[in-house]
Amino acid sequence: MDLSSINPVLLIASLMVSATPIMLAAIGETIVEKAGVLNLGVEGMMITGAVVGFVVGINTGSPMLGFLAAAVASAILSISFGFLTLYLLSNQVATGLGLTLVGLGLSALIGKPYEGMKSTTLDPIEIPILSDIPIVGKMLFAHDPMVYFSIILVGAVWAFLKYSRAGLVLRAVGENHNAAHALGYKVVRIRMLAIMFGGACSGLGGAYISLVRVPQWTEGMTAGAGWIALAIVVFASWKPWRILLGAYLFGGVTVLQLNLQAAGVAIPVEYLSMSPYLITIIVLVFISALGNQGAPASLGRSFHAST
Amino acid sequence: MSSVLLRLEGLTKAYPGVIANQDVSFDIGHGEVHALLGENGAGKSTLVKMIYGLVKPDTGQMTLNGTPFAPVEPRAARASGIAMVFQHFSLFDALNVAENIALGMENPPKQSDLARQITKVSQSYGLPLDPHKTVGGLSAGERQRVEIIRCLLQNPQLLIMDEPTSVLTPQEVDILFKTLRKLKAEGKSILYISHKLEEIRALCDTATILRLGKKVATCEPAKASARELAEMMVGSSFKAPEKTPRDLGKVLLEVKDLSKAAADAFGTSLKSINFSVRAGEVVGIGGVAGNGQDELLSVLSGEMTSKSSAVVFDGKAIGTLGPTKRRALGILSGPEERLGHAAAPNMSLTENALMTAVDRQSLAKNGFLNWGKAQRFAEKVIDAFDVRTPSAQTPAGSLSGGNLQKFVIGREVMQAPRVLVVNQPTWGVDAAAAAAIRQALLDLANEQAAIIVISQDLDELIEISDRFGALNEGRLSQLRPTQDLSVEEIGLMMGGAHDLEVSDA
Repeated sequence: MDLSSINPVLLIASLMVSATPIMLAAIGETIVEKAGVLNLGVEGMMITGAVVGFVVGINTGSPMLGFLAAAVASAILSISFGFLTLYLLSNQVATGLGLTLVGLGLSALIGKPYEGMKSTTLDPIEIPILSDIPIVGKMLFAHDPMVYFSIILVGAVWAFLKYSRAGLVLRAVGENHNAAHALGYKVVRIRMLAIMFGGACSGLGGAYISLVRVPQWTEGMTAGAGWIALAIVVFASWKPWRILLGAYLFGGVTVLQLNLQAAGVAIPVEYLSMSPYLITIIVLVFISALGNQGAPASLGRSFHAST
Repeated sequence: MSSVLLRLEGLTKAYPGVIANQDVSFDIGHGEVHALLGENGAGKSTLVKMIYGLVKPDTGQMTLNGTPFAPVEPRAARASGIAMVFQHFSLFDALNVAENIALGMENPPKQSDLARQITKVSQSYGLPLDPHKTVGGLSAGERQRVEIIRCLLQNPQLLIMDEPTSVLTPQEVDILFKTLRKLKAEGKSILYISHKLEEIRALCDTATILRLGKKVATCEPAKASARELAEMMVGSSFKAPEKTPRDLGKVLLEVKDLSKAAADAFGTSLKSINFSVRAGEVVGIGGVAGNGQDELLSVLSGEMTSKSSAVVFDGKAIGTLGPTKRRALGILSGPEERLGHAAAPNMSLTENALMTAVDRQSLAKNGFLNWGKAQRFAEKVIDAFDVRTPSAQTPAGSLSGGNLQKFVIGREVMQAPRVLVVNQPTWGVDAAAAAAIRQALLDLANEQAAIIVISQDLDELIEISDRFGALNEGRLSQLRPTQDLSVEEIGLMMGGAHDLEVSDA
């Protein structure tokens, strides 16, 4: 066993990479759930984003176009969820699970010819001056653009929910859709937009796995990241900065346990592999036990205007 | 009230199967408090929804200050100076007062400016309110203030209030009336919907009465008696409940030194309550809401248990028995909250009937339900209590409040209870139906059942109860014969001054 082989600078840098897909998906789902919709199809939208992003990235040679296509594709997929649950009033839980199954199957079909290929990936941007700071510079300020984008997105969502009028209306719709309707807000339209935003974020998260983290395509490569994102949303009490915390915690433990495996620590691999899931959930359970759950009161309930 | 603010002409709105409003016309003047009266289902709600832009009329038109007025959505109505306070408050529990108010405004100022405005308006109208409090923790009266202030900040010309006092304590009603009179003095008009005829007589300048969707009369409520108004609503004279002399039997239910800590921080603890009810007797229990009414019903129905000897039924200590066992003995109850407590909103009337009547009406055999019999029982209740519903299969939650109330009370009355405990039996029920429910309770007493009526409607208690007591902070006053009591004495009892009366007991 050689713990000195673990380099803390690399560890932090790679935990940020490791956490980005989950964070993107979770912040998107936060908006969806704040609008009162429970979309359990995050996993399916992520894997769809992963395959579409990879296919477009490899055919155009531009990973940025891959990300864009992934966001659009997953948003379109999420529209099907929105149409079923908002207009046909289907059950949100069942429809979301169905969406995951559809996404997994569809992605396997699209991705079959691309297995084993390697795509170009995003180049890191070294932020001038900041990245020259010893240790911290390489740790925090020499990442690819999506890592920065995901952090900015968390801040933007936080500010949107807390300070903007549109964010207030979105929260109101998720809190009491009948009252929001009575005040004249378009519940269905607002929810549809939220669902599409969530879809696009999930797509970006999925594409980040296939274009940056791995970067290649294998069937089922999201491996439950969508489910972890869903869990993080709940345990983070629907608060954006706690989602960042939860995602980085999960990413950190994931990277750490891989390093420990490589260093040959005398803990069975199975325990190390389950540790990110366990630790993340335990920590977030404690945080959410501090009170102020903040679950949107209309979460998961179908809305039908009956005037 | 010189000129006309809003004129309605020939408004008609039909839904499949029913005509909600037919050719309704009336005027609301500037600075006028106009009452809209009618039974449950007379079309009051549909009418105000048309004014507020939630529903489009089929035919007919409205003019506001002489110009045609046809709001396509609430936003348009608000822009024209119409504001509405809903019966079931349209508030968001997780948001704070200022956020809730901002949601109801077209162009809200910044949160900090808005908070200042809220404080200013709430003080000038005598409606104290902290803009930073979360709405979920407010009382019903405070929640209503949020709605009213939300309306007032828009500077409306017409304020619509849909049954504003049904959830308020008498003190809160006083505050509300003061505010409304102040608004009237400022020249604002108010359209006031209520069942409570005495309130309308005290507050309103004019009243329009609707029956089955049609306007039957416009009158000055102060010049008509409550009874005349009620008869115009119903369309015929109805019988006031008749209290016939009854022979009182032995003591059926006795409560001895009953103390019970409140179940949660919002409840009231019961403190050494003593009283007894005889067969054939109606005991009325009054008091301001939140003084232990819910808790008293719970310990009598068995939802909360107490020490065994604290509740004695027919000589047997039953304080530790749960609701099912008490029901088997013949102690039935009708709680105040219709949706979620007395009835499950998403289940049909048949299923709801089955839930309390399964044992006493033997609606199940060997663990299997007898649906046919359950439906017949539900239909019997529907017929006997004139519950207006398409069928017994209709979900309880889709009935109007008054109709559901008739059903949940009827369901217990039809099971021939030996003791019946009801809380607010006629809450939100129109005058004729309320009279029918009270008559049913009296008939039950004539059949030697012991009845305990907990209510905030003093007139109701005076009308039907033989003895009266008041709850105050979880303590029950001495029960006294109702016929000997004056209103002043009742007021003193409700205020908790029961020590002053070294009474006849």
